[in-house]
Amino acid sequence: MITAERKPLEELIEYLKPFKRVLLVGCNECVTVCAAGGRKEVGLLASGLHMAMLKSGTNVEIREHTLERQCDPEYVNELVSMIDGVDAVMSMACGCGVQEIARRFKDKPVFPAVNTKFMGASERQGVWSERCQGCGDCLLGQTGGVCPIARCAKQLMNGPCGGSTGGHCEIGDDVDCAWALIWERLKALGQEERFVEITPAKDWRPGGGAGPRKIIREDLAE
Amino acid sequence: MRTESRLEKILAAGHLAVTSECGPPRGALPDKVREKGKHLEGIVDAVNVTDNQTAMVRMSSLAASVLLKQEGLNPLFQMVTRDRNRLAMQADIIGAYSLGIDTMLCLSGDHTKFGDHPMAMNVHDIDSIQLIQMVKGMRDEGKFQGGAELKNPPRMFIGAAANPFADPFELRVLRLAKKIAAGADFIQTQCIFNVDKFEKWMEQVCARGLHKKCYILAGVTPIKSLGAARYMKTKVPGMDVPQEIVDRMASVPKEKQAEEGVTICVETIERLKKVEGVAGFHIMAIDWEEKVKEIVERAGLLPRPQV
Repeated sequence: MITAERKPLEELIEYLKPFKRVLLVGCNECVTVCAAGGRKEVGLLASGLHMAMLKSGTNVEIREHTLERQCDPEYVNELVSMIDGVDAVMSMACGCGVQEIARRFKDKPVFPAVNTKFMGASERQGVWSERCQGCGDCLLGQTGGVCPIARCAKQLMNGPCGGSTGGHCEIGDDVDCAWALIWERLKALGQEERFVEITPAKDWRPGGGAGPRKIIREDLAE
Repeated sequence: MRTESRLEKILAAGHLAVTSECGPPRGALPDKVREKGKHLEGIVDAVNVTDNQTAMVRMSSLAASVLLKQEGLNPLFQMVTRDRNRLAMQADIIGAYSLGIDTMLCLSGDHTKFGDHPMAMNVHDIDSIQLIQMVKGMRDEGKFQGGAELKNPPRMFIGAAANPFADPFELRVLRLAKKIAAGADFIQTQCIFNVDKFEKWMEQVCARGLHKKCYILAGVTPIKSLGAARYMKTKVPGMDVPQEIVDRMASVPKEKQAEEGVTICVETIERLKKVEGVAGFHIMAIDWEEKVKEIVERAGLLPRPQV
């Protein structure tokens, strides 16, 4: 999923100061799962903002709505009936959702309420960590299902650097050494020979090196 | 001979090679480089010039290498994959060769987290093994990494690093084998304090015949003080300083610790000379270049052979 974290209240207040009526829009997808911008967080933030701004003498009316999926024009259209009644929109979705609202409602200011972080997985309750950088040419089949691009601090593709200690990365004991994980997996799978092969320099074009990326599925595109 | 490198000539002639290093200054201070070089003149066969070591901005490795070259030393141009992409690296490689530099060391580099620009992007377009492949391709095939023809290929003697003390231990020899397969002509190891562990690593290296495919220079460092010993033991990732070394530094009074550190270093070299597959020594006297002469002399490695 795409993970996100709420921005500090002070930053959000700065955004909203000039406005009287604001629509706070959540998303029912990734940001709901990582507890950053779903229906529940929309409710909490709306009252938090309202209270904090009242204290400083600003009365902002905050309307709430949570879309099924904010990165999808079909769902964003739901906001048509609400948009005229507000001066600005604050989105609790990832950057994709914020941009979809900006694209759909050209004369309405839209502000992000969260910082979009990374593509990750849940390690345990309340903990998410990075798993994928969308390099566009997945090599997990060669690396025992552990990604060195997303999980090695130096993106090394041919084994651990000299800073790997006791299964930890040199940048900190709270970070696993991706190559220690890869090696354990390869051993468990009896695929040690995969390590010996040199992975050549990566072509970064599918990973964004060729500019903003797009997928066009001829069989589905209208 | 693959190159004109003096280091290659020394090694090919079967001499124990000696290299040391010079960390460029943090400022436009060419005299600092020359001063460090002075301490190493006639003492070592090549001088490693570090590339933004510990992720701190310094005078570029290329510029400092040229300054040393002008003083008659043989620079060993270090390059890390952290700070530039493959275009910039190849440009610097042909630039270095055009300025008379024929020996280089391919590294990934310390993470920016440890330096003075932790907010900077780590580039890592390619990794250290891919850098070795790239330099070899430039030299032997006369091709840029992208495939286009390269005119007057840079004939670089290609070095790489190895850390026998990092984990997982069983990958350490396999990774060395990958570096050699990629094209490394010589290896400089991480500082050796735990000679027993190094010997175990070298046994595996020799069992695979890797010492015959590549020259292995054993890295050593004189410890300046008890504090430095403790720091390296606990704070430097991938460094293995046995407790007995720390205890030995602690056993002498403060004013004698530097001397003890040098003695330990000389004894380590003597022990390493007996290890099969060791082709020379890389003496990393960090900001202590003036001690290198004494170490090389006491280790019986002077005068340096003429080749």
